[in-house]
Amino acid sequence: MTMKLAKNIAIALTAVAGLAGAAMGAGAAKHPMQMEWSFEGPTGTYDRAAAQRGWQVYKNVCSACHSLKYFHFRNLADLGYEEEMIKAWAAEYTVVDGVDDAGDPKERKGLPQDVFPSPFPNPEAAAASNGGAVPPDLSLITKARHDGANYVYSLMMGYEDAPADHEVPAGKNYNPYFKGGNISMAPPLAEGIIEYEDGTAGTPEQMAKDVVTFLMFVAEPKLEARHHMGLNVILYLLVLVVVLYFSMKKIWKPVKEGKNFYKK
Amino acid sequence: MAEWIDAKPKNKAAAWLEERLPVIGLVNNVVGVDTPTPRNLNYWWNFGSLAGLMLMVQIISGVVLAMHYTPNTLMAFDSVERIMRDVNYGWLIRYMHANGASFFFIAVYTHILRGLYYGSYKAPREVLWMLGLVIFLLMMATAFMGYVLPWGQMSFWGATVITNLFSAIPVVGDSIVTLLWGGFSVDNPTLNRFFSLHYLLPFVITGVVILHIWAKKVSDSGNPLGIDVKSSADQIPFHPFYTVKDAFGAAVFFAIFAAFIFYMPNALGHPDNYIPADPMVTPDSIVPEWYFLPFYAILRSITFDIGIPFTDVVIIPAKLLGVLAMFGSILLLFFLPWLDRSKVRSGKFRPMFRWFFWFLVIDMVVLTIVGGKKPEGIWPVIGLVGTAYYFAHFLVVLPLLSKFEKTLPLPESIANPVVKAAE
Repeated sequence: MTMKLAKNIAIALTAVAGLAGAAMGAGAAKHPMQMEWSFEGPTGTYDRAAAQRGWQVYKNVCSACHSLKYFHFRNLADLGYEEEMIKAWAAEYTVVDGVDDAGDPKERKGLPQDVFPSPFPNPEAAAASNGGAVPPDLSLITKARHDGANYVYSLMMGYEDAPADHEVPAGKNYNPYFKGGNISMAPPLAEGIIEYEDGTAGTPEQMAKDVVTFLMFVAEPKLEARHHMGLNVILYLLVLVVVLYFSMKKIWKPVKEGKNFYKK
Repeated sequence: MAEWIDAKPKNKAAAWLEERLPVIGLVNNVVGVDTPTPRNLNYWWNFGSLAGLMLMVQIISGVVLAMHYTPNTLMAFDSVERIMRDVNYGWLIRYMHANGASFFFIAVYTHILRGLYYGSYKAPREVLWMLGLVIFLLMMATAFMGYVLPWGQMSFWGATVITNLFSAIPVVGDSIVTLLWGGFSVDNPTLNRFFSLHYLLPFVITGVVILHIWAKKVSDSGNPLGIDVKSSADQIPFHPFYTVKDAFGAAVFFAIFAAFIFYMPNALGHPDNYIPADPMVTPDSIVPEWYFLPFYAILRSITFDIGIPFTDVVIIPAKLLGVLAMFGSILLLFFLPWLDRSKVRSGKFRPMFRWFFWFLVIDMVVLTIVGGKKPEGIWPVIGLVGTAYYFAHFLVVLPLLSKFEKTLPLPESIANPVVKAAE
């Protein structure tokens, strides 16, 4: 009986191996393009110039539809911007802060401690302006998708003509990297929509790469501190492992030699 | 059986306290550094103390997180993001806690498998084993409720799926679910009670851990040979030998733990949990954390009702059967000391048992994989076979082995691990 079970398991295991590759069914999204990123790997950091350009792309393009509700203007200091500049950017926006003596909402200019203002007052308004689809908040987008950085890059660069057997509903666009293939967002990036302050050529590839670097920074602002501390912690632990290993070998020597510790 | 030692402390103040409350003697007797311990414990015996360390890591990091977390459906997700962004070293504490759960389970699973291989559940250690299982069950409840707290998509939908299981229980099922929810769906009252219980249970676990260690003290540590201690020559003092060995193991374990915290903090999590919970949007697939996957696979493997053949009478519907199988797969382990009646404890001297032990390990790995897949194509079939083997292992294989297996001759003693000459 058990041998039979063992045989069944062997058959099942073979089946697993065989079917793993064939699992990709209809409607599955295309595997994201694999790009190289400055923040990858144990010593990864954010390429400041790319993240700054990405901020420019976000501010001028993405922010028309997408909120960034966990991002404060003050966080821009981590990208190397001066306080004056950050204050000036924040002041471009008007925010509602409390009420005045008459009980009416009070408006003021944005300050560095404010979060980046959402383009729409509420999800209903966002849906109404976007054909029923709410543009997702981008604060965590690179962590909220599998292989997030590559996914967001692929999504922006992946628009193409739909294959003949694929029907795209009205108001949707074909993008094979998006699950189901039909995405509400129109291709967001086009040649020449941005003139980079640092003179870099604003190709769609460049903009996509830059904005992903910026969005990764927004999603994981403490990544550099984490990588840095990790190196110290792991080096410390490895030294400790070596020290403890040799201590153990020395302490255990009499045990290995068969000594009886309870002999009177 | 370990003896109780009434030693009077040399320090005057300690002696004064000891006369009034013999707490030092109590601690010394249960976890004293002088405890005579088998001299042959291998590295698999490191995982008990590692599990204890991970419990402490979880409690300390969790208490700090609770200072910054808000258990309210409208604010929970935001408060976690605040911890990640604005609380000093909040990212470190949260990643420690989230990955700590996984590493706690790694330590505990290894500890349990060590017990299974070396027969640590056999007399006189049955109560020790069962207390361990109680800890395991409490850990599962704690981990499940902890995963709900960030109030992401997986938190919400995981909570919905798992709490709904209880509705399969006849008669009282729906009432239990309402009680768990604190209402008629997973909502703010659910989050509040889960937070409360998630904070409470680790201290209950600590209490059972104390009993577990006490039971270990009374029945002595087992050892890889599975034979009893015959004389003091078989033993060495716990300190410095096992303190240094445990410290070495802990340093290695924590180095790997650190690699996850600092370099792949989200590798063991699900990206969907970085999307705020939305009761109107069901995720593509709802998957529990990796350490629940084998049991999730067992739950989903049952897709058939049990009824009277050739009629439409259903005695046990599929859902209830799945729930029974899932809970049964763990409750079964409480009976293990009586299912495996072989006199030989250690798998080292049980050539057949050893094979089946590794079958079981492979089976658990297969079930883990199945639990993570959508129940389509071949996966439900593999899940059913895996579930069948799991139960067959404990209910058929082990009882039969105890009867028919020809075990190898046991060594004379731990200090003198030479096999006795055949008589």
